[in-house]
Amino acid sequence: MVLVYSDDKKLTFELLKKGSELARDLGTKLTAIIIGKSDDKLANEYISYGADNVFVAETNMDKFKAEEFAGILENIVKETKIDTILIGSNKNGKELASRLAGKLNAGCVIDCINVYLKNKKLTVERIVYSGNAIAVEQFNSKPEIITIPPKVIDPLLKDDKRKGEIIKKKFDIEKSTSKILKVQEMKTGGVNVEDAEIIVSCGRGFKNKNDIKLIQDLADVLKGKTVGCSRPIAADLKWLSEDHWIGLSGHKVKPKLYIAAGISGQIQHIAGMRDSGIIVAINKDPEALIFKSADYGIVGDLYEVLPKLTNAVKEKLG
Amino acid sequence: MNIIVCAKQVVDVSEMKLDSNTNKPILQGVPQKISDIDKNALEEALKIKDKNGGKITVVTIGPANAKERIKELLAMGADEGVLVISPEIYDYHVVSNLLAGAIKKIGKYDLVLCGEASIDMFSGQIGPRLAGLLNIPQITYAQSVNAEKDKITAERNLGDKAVSEESSYPVLITVTKEINEPRLPSLMQILGAANKPINEWTADSIESGLKPIVETIELKGVPMERKNIIYQDDLDESINKLVNSLAKEGVLR
Repeated sequence: MVLVYSDDKKLTFELLKKGSELARDLGTKLTAIIIGKSDDKLANEYISYGADNVFVAETNMDKFKAEEFAGILENIVKETKIDTILIGSNKNGKELASRLAGKLNAGCVIDCINVYLKNKKLTVERIVYSGNAIAVEQFNSKPEIITIPPKVIDPLLKDDKRKGEIIKKKFDIEKSTSKILKVQEMKTGGVNVEDAEIIVSCGRGFKNKNDIKLIQDLADVLKGKTVGCSRPIAADLKWLSEDHWIGLSGHKVKPKLYIAAGISGQIQHIAGMRDSGIIVAINKDPEALIFKSADYGIVGDLYEVLPKLTNAVKEKLG
Repeated sequence: MNIIVCAKQVVDVSEMKLDSNTNKPILQGVPQKISDIDKNALEEALKIKDKNGGKITVVTIGPANAKERIKELLAMGADEGVLVISPEIYDYHVVSNLLAGAIKKIGKYDLVLCGEASIDMFSGQIGPRLAGLLNIPQITYAQSVNAEKDKITAERNLGDKAVSEESSYPVLITVTKEINEPRLPSLMQILGAANKPINEWTADSIESGLKPIVETIELKGVPMERKNIIYQDDLDESINKLVNSLAKEGVLR
């Protein structure tokens, strides 16, 4: 059996597509797992996105806790013959998959960007060395645990006619000795760079926090309105909140148009935006690495280039 | 308080070059270092020791030459080093089991600290995997930690949320790069580190017959085919050309 789990509904839809392919190739069934309160509406949605069955592990836990969720999955795996477990690669999913792998002594690969069978063995690809190489990994025994990040797979089209069984079972799970004290929303700018079609990003080439307005102005006339940034701006200077941060440890994006201004093009940043449609770079250093990853580039001082570019776009769009 | 810090020797990715034909990374001859975030884990351990007292043992699974890197960690202030010589082929299953075995052999421990991920592979798998093997609670992505005598609290950075958690000991915590600024050892500390013990253990003495479950069958280059059209003459003209090109690409709406 192939299992799919994520605490993120959209990500689960995406995993179901890959899960159904694997289940078909292996000649087995695809089961989506829900942990928490029973939710028939969600279960039926999972079926309409490709699940053959939905297994609801009913618990009274209302918050994600890796120790406890891994305990539930461990129980499920030990009761059934499981081939592959697909887990959504957000922060919760990664620590869940890893802990589960330790508990089961199973193979596990985090952040797979490609998943397929080769010589009947599960084979996955992941980006390593800060985006400089792709490692091709193969599993030698089951169960196999992999995590897949958001946006790697396009979900199946929703089909409400699809039929499936919903199985419910109550779980009394061993409580972890660690506990959650407080959950606080982080201060964010309310942006979602991962869904943006146009992103204008700033980096260390900006001298003052207020100058980011130049980026916002360009983003506004492009009707993209989404501002991104590289690590120093979010993590070190904290001029923008972390939801703007694009890169290996920040968000991975693939907009139609990505404009990088004052960004040198460290491989960690490239790893976050390399899948963009068109990449434009603005940098005063003609040797800047960013130009190697760009379709179009302008060598010039961003303080001069950005206002002129904003005006030119405004004129072009009328 | 007995603290274990797990540290990995990695290639310095910023010094890595790509083969211009295959686009594959050239791994030979790249300088080695301790993965940056593991140094943040040690720094946090040192702060906890300053406050609560105790002993810090750093554990590395790696090749024999990793001993030199462990000396740097001893110079920073760790009390003792353990190097388990890794088998030739290994995966997360092998490494986490060797770490778990080494930690059990070291004996009594209260806190295991790891970096959230290593800078070469960036999986973040070892910390929580090891916690699962040791069957102890885990607190991942800690951006601040407060250790007291019989409990520890940490604030986790989940991007959109900050989650505060509390645990009794023993517990495993993984830290982010933002948690602190690792100290640079003084010359005296570097010289003093030569007298601190580094125990070298074979993988077989920890657990014999460990075999990888996941094998790396290929390391591919990453295709990056871009047009690389760079305008660098008259600025007004360059901007004009750029805007026209973007319009033709259909990305201006």
